[in-house]
Amino acid sequence: MVTEMTGRKVIVLGSGAIKIGEAAEFDYSGSQALRVLKEEGYESVLINPNVATVQTSYDMADKVYLLPVEPYFIERVIEKERPWGVMVGFGGQTALSAGVALHHSGVFKKYGIKVLGTSIDGIERALSREKFKETMREHGIKVPPSGSAKNKKSAIRLAKRLGYPLMMRVSFNLGGRGSAVLWNEKDLERELERAFAQSSIGEILLERYLHGWKEIEYEVVRDSMGNCAVTACIENLDPMGVHTGDSVVVTPAQTLDNYEYQMMRTISIRVAEAINLVGECNVQFALSPHGYEAYVIETNPRMSRSSALASKATGYPLAYVAAKIAFGHNLYDIKNSVSKSTTAFFEPSLDYITIKMPRWDLAKFDSAVQSVGTEMKSIGEVMAIGRNFEEAMQKAVRMLQIGEPGLVGGPIYHSSMGKKEIVETLKQRRPYWQLYVMKAFKEGMSVYEVHDITSVDLFFLKKLHSLAQTYEKRSKKPNAKEYKSMKRLGFSDAQLGVSRSNNLSVKQIDTMAGEWPAQTNYLYTTSLGEEDDIDTKAKKRKLLVLGAGVFRIGVSVEFDFGSVALAEGAKRYFDEVSMINYNPETVSTDWDRVHKLYFDELTEETVVNVHRKEKFESIATFAGGQIGNNLSLALERRGIKLFGTSGKSIDIAEDRNRFSALLEKLGIKQASWASATSLNQMSEFVEKFGFPVLVRPSYVLSGSAMKIANNMSELADYIDAATKLSPKHPIIMSSFIKEGIEAELDCGADGENAMGVTLRHIEEAGVHSGDSTIATPFLDGGPSAKMKEIALRLVNELDIKGPFNLQFIIEKNEPLVIELNLRASRSMPFASKSVGVNIMDHAINGVFGRFDWNGFYEPEHRAFAVKSPQFSWGQLRGAYPVLGPEMRSTGESAAFGRSLNSALIKSWLGVQPNKVPSAGVLIYGEKDRGLLKETADALAQKIGVSTLAVAPMHNHPALEIKHALDLIDQKRIDMIITNNGMRNVDYEIRRKAVDLNIPIVLNARLGRALADALFLDNLDCDEMKEHWKGGSVVSVG
Amino acid sequence: MGDTAYIYLEDGTSFQGDAFGYNTVKCGELIFTTSMNGYPESLSDPSYAGQIMIITHPLVGNYGVPKRSSDDGILLNFESEKVQVDGLIVSELTKSEKWNCALNLDEWLANQNTPGISGLDTRLLTKKVRDKGAMMCAISTRGRLRYPERVLKKDYTKINFVEQLSPKRPIVQNRYRKSVVVVDCGVKHGILRNVSRLGYNVIRVPYNYTADKIMSFNPAGVLYSNGPGNPNLLKEVVSSMQTVLEYKIPVFGICLGHQIASLALGGRVRKMKFGHRAVNKAVVDQISGKAYITSHNHGYAMTPRDMPDEGKIWLMSPDDNIVEGALYKKRNMMTTQFHPEGRPGTNDAGFIFGMFGKMIKENGN
Repeated sequence: MVTEMTGRKVIVLGSGAIKIGEAAEFDYSGSQALRVLKEEGYESVLINPNVATVQTSYDMADKVYLLPVEPYFIERVIEKERPWGVMVGFGGQTALSAGVALHHSGVFKKYGIKVLGTSIDGIERALSREKFKETMREHGIKVPPSGSAKNKKSAIRLAKRLGYPLMMRVSFNLGGRGSAVLWNEKDLERELERAFAQSSIGEILLERYLHGWKEIEYEVVRDSMGNCAVTACIENLDPMGVHTGDSVVVTPAQTLDNYEYQMMRTISIRVAEAINLVGECNVQFALSPHGYEAYVIETNPRMSRSSALASKATGYPLAYVAAKIAFGHNLYDIKNSVSKSTTAFFEPSLDYITIKMPRWDLAKFDSAVQSVGTEMKSIGEVMAIGRNFEEAMQKAVRMLQIGEPGLVGGPIYHSSMGKKEIVETLKQRRPYWQLYVMKAFKEGMSVYEVHDITSVDLFFLKKLHSLAQTYEKRSKKPNAKEYKSMKRLGFSDAQLGVSRSNNLSVKQIDTMAGEWPAQTNYLYTTSLGEEDDIDTKAKKRKLLVLGAGVFRIGVSVEFDFGSVALAEGAKRYFDEVSMINYNPETVSTDWDRVHKLYFDELTEETVVNVHRKEKFESIATFAGGQIGNNLSLALERRGIKLFGTSGKSIDIAEDRNRFSALLEKLGIKQASWASATSLNQMSEFVEKFGFPVLVRPSYVLSGSAMKIANNMSELADYIDAATKLSPKHPIIMSSFIKEGIEAELDCGADGENAMGVTLRHIEEAGVHSGDSTIATPFLDGGPSAKMKEIALRLVNELDIKGPFNLQFIIEKNEPLVIELNLRASRSMPFASKSVGVNIMDHAINGVFGRFDWNGFYEPEHRAFAVKSPQFSWGQLRGAYPVLGPEMRSTGESAAFGRSLNSALIKSWLGVQPNKVPSAGVLIYGEKDRGLLKETADALAQKIGVSTLAVAPMHNHPALEIKHALDLIDQKRIDMIITNNGMRNVDYEIRRKAVDLNIPIVLNARLGRALADALFLDNLDCDEMKEHWKGGSVVSVG
Repeated sequence: MGDTAYIYLEDGTSFQGDAFGYNTVKCGELIFTTSMNGYPESLSDPSYAGQIMIITHPLVGNYGVPKRSSDDGILLNFESEKVQVDGLIVSELTKSEKWNCALNLDEWLANQNTPGISGLDTRLLTKKVRDKGAMMCAISTRGRLRYPERVLKKDYTKINFVEQLSPKRPIVQNRYRKSVVVVDCGVKHGILRNVSRLGYNVIRVPYNYTADKIMSFNPAGVLYSNGPGNPNLLKEVVSSMQTVLEYKIPVFGICLGHQIASLALGGRVRKMKFGHRAVNKAVVDQISGKAYITSHNHGYAMTPRDMPDEGKIWLMSPDDNIVEGALYKKRNMMTTQFHPEGRPGTNDAGFIFGMFGKMIKENGN
């Protein structure tokens, strides 16, 4: 504890739960900052409730507090740890806003804490729209004509003065939240209230809307001496008016000439100087498509999604360099970690093209506005690397995992859409315009027509058009020459309907386009090469880990944690561990993590091609979730050895029919279910077990297309949608046990024995496990012992070696099996950290040998742990907030505590925008009224807040709803507890709540639990390891 | 397009791709630039004369070639009146949709008698140059060569390209009261533009003009320009500088001018393995510690050991120990190996022209 005595301790603020606008890019950048702290000899203290991250794993951090990134909790940690400094630039907007608040409340001053990197003053000059504009004008930098307002009246006046159309922006917000394009005063009035609610300082900005202008971004690093390097220039294919997080972007910029490039580059340096940047910032420009004219739009004085993307696109480690700068290093004293021979003071040159494409899941959200605009809505993103635009674009489309084999030749391209419908889709800016543009070309539209609608640069549209033509003119059976030229345009074998051995080249990303010899292990494959940059033939024990791919609802940082944990653990057994993944937001695509990083597709074609070169000893498919799982059988059939459980066993577990038969054979109880391929079969099931029933296709993750059907007609409606999604597999229906408790086991196994952690859900069955609040330990010994027994039998039967997750519903103390996943699970990081044991590590050991115990081992719990889902309702305009069997949350927060309530409340508060209410709580609902009443009573007597029960609603619903809305408007309600879905009744209440950032609890069981936890005194704020040592040993059955 | 083009390298290897530009056979020194845009500037940069250029960024031609525009004889968007390279090698040749595009790159090269080849693994070629050093290369857009070695006989280091590029008589401006003489060894118009902005007439004189002739213009300052090829061949320029320096008027050397200064004062200049040709390169001010990202294009250079005794090292490349800027206080001269005018490249070191202006003012002009 030498470091503690010297007081050289620095707090790093994380970004909390993953939400739209703040994803795993901050796990990546925070991890880099922690690494620098280690190098610099500081003790690091991380505050971040996102339990699923790599950074909360003592992987780099010395101390980890799973606590909300909120001033109250941060001050508690400061009080305890007495740090010397704090880093607020590596945890997104969440960390930055908390830092600004703590600065203003005098906490940093009180404890004498140094803010490392850009000063708070500089941050405010960047993030307050008004101050930013002033600063830019003072420095003679052009910004669009604009003004800011703090209330409705001045906003309307300002709008009149500026003239419509206008772009409304919000100060200190996230993901463009609250922003909008306004075509008239009616638009303004409609949007204002919501916009003000999104700004932590209640300020909006109106500016001239630059319709059809291009959006260009620069990434600037600047050290404390004032040295500047501009490390990336990113060109958005989507024009101004589409949030950059929702834009298709290309790096490096493709259509800028030297004058434009340098003009904006110079301005971006001046912006960095104007806010006295020390570290990294992103500067966004609007560029005229008709002449040399550009405006600065905004700057983010911190690591951002763009900077994470820029790091992966260029190989320049922005977060690492920014952190080094925060400690006073000059750019030219920092080594270029890729070339190892030059310094960080340079600007990367790229000899390849990268495309970033966003991934949306809007279809999962009832009533959500389906078009893309100024507010970010995408859940994840992919980055594809190619030696030309077409190759990168087509790779990127495949990476999205939306069932499209590339730009052309997929469901959208072959759909029955007519020209009118395509035009409408493009006009509304529905997600994936790039695919509808191809369809438009197929239907005979010209590039100019498409350009008029989309404002996408003609340069790109012509390339896309020519690709569509090449596809249309292709031969059914291409000869070698044609095949090669099609491959050079990024076509996959699946797209061409052929299967040949394609000669891929492996190229390095070396930051300087080959100018210097580089030791880099950051790789991609291309069909446009004639040689490999690296030697793939070395005879070593090699493992390939398949990563999680694109983040989508249901697949997020948890699976990245799994991939990283596996790669790290496997280094004990292999000489060389490689990773294939393509998600630029992640730690697993940090080239420092593995021996070789293939930044590439997770398709059978690419994996097999890479394997042909590398000859891996085995391939691990179980860490990254469903993509790997789905590939496992195919890889095994090609004679590739899987790491861990066999592809055959995985196939049994994934195939509901075979799995059920197996359970029956073993005498393991399961919820009644049936597999149906016709309506008749379905009726039979319903006659026997009654409604409601849960229906879903097999082979899915995150309950996609999972529904509860209450009657025959709902069932019939469902079939069309579901069969489309998974044609090879029948529909699974199971009876729905509402009174049960859902429980899970997250485990590692050696083929005979197992270890793991038991978890239980607070919400009842029918709420997707990913949307449930999950607690551990499981205090009731009876069922949990039975669960473990069942787990062991399955381990032996299926020869499970590696990680697995087993889900149950407990009905009258009897666990019934719901499903088995032979892979890492969403809850595995939480389960691991709740007991301080890395389940993945055990799972790896299990693949190689026997555990040194017999039977099932559950590590001792010394603290209570709770994980809560984070939703992004507010970001998804129009979406109706409701829980159901289909997953809708985007992330999670967790906390540990000396009591269950302490863990619960801290975990819940780690979710945005949750706060402890101070004005009043609104409680209402149709179902579970007893529970809601209890909740209301508990809250009312305990803390004396005014609770209001609107139920029963059916008497005077309209009146009651209006009353409730009035209360919200009067700011007399700052928390809502409700239950189930009543879309036709309370849509306005729920929508208003999320638009105004009012916490909303959507489940009665959770509401009841929170009532006991909300107003706890003396919350314990222990460090994670303190919890593991724990005063409160909990006995587990 | 559609025709096959061929390149043949000094090391005996050859490659084929798609032909574009002019239908011909040429030979030049094979070099690469890592600049990701600014090809109209690079291709018209006289310092590239006698060379065949690989552009490492895979897509080239995206914004076409603009219409020539000039101000009092100084070009605003090209570095000289013509394409200077002897050939261009790219991975993909593209067509432009840019608002200010006058010609596509393919058309421009065809008009300018310059051959091009596309569809090659340019990274492979770049690595070859990096590992084996700059080498001679023959390019044919006119079919396979039966005896490429005959074409490859040319020796880049022995050719006086400056002689071919330098004006035969002075080119004079009459805008301002005072003038700066530019000894034109193949000057980039970006340099002329920056000098003109200081408020002086730019007088370009032939590279072999004697000091007396230079001084006859009564210059407020003299600039020794960039230019192609081997500086050790340019004895006349070296000797003119030696005499000019005796007048103690402000002298500024850029690129080749920087090398001439070293030779004039007893230093050395050596050929580099593959040179600096990029717009992303750092130079660090050895006096203030400040650093700049700058534009480079040189195949010859000096290390600190090669510097004349009286020179003071001003700017260094932190990557490879190359002297990128030198001050000769006693002589009233400063020189930079890189290009403070950018084009293509950054304006971060553009203030150096301001320094030159200040030197002139302090000298009473």
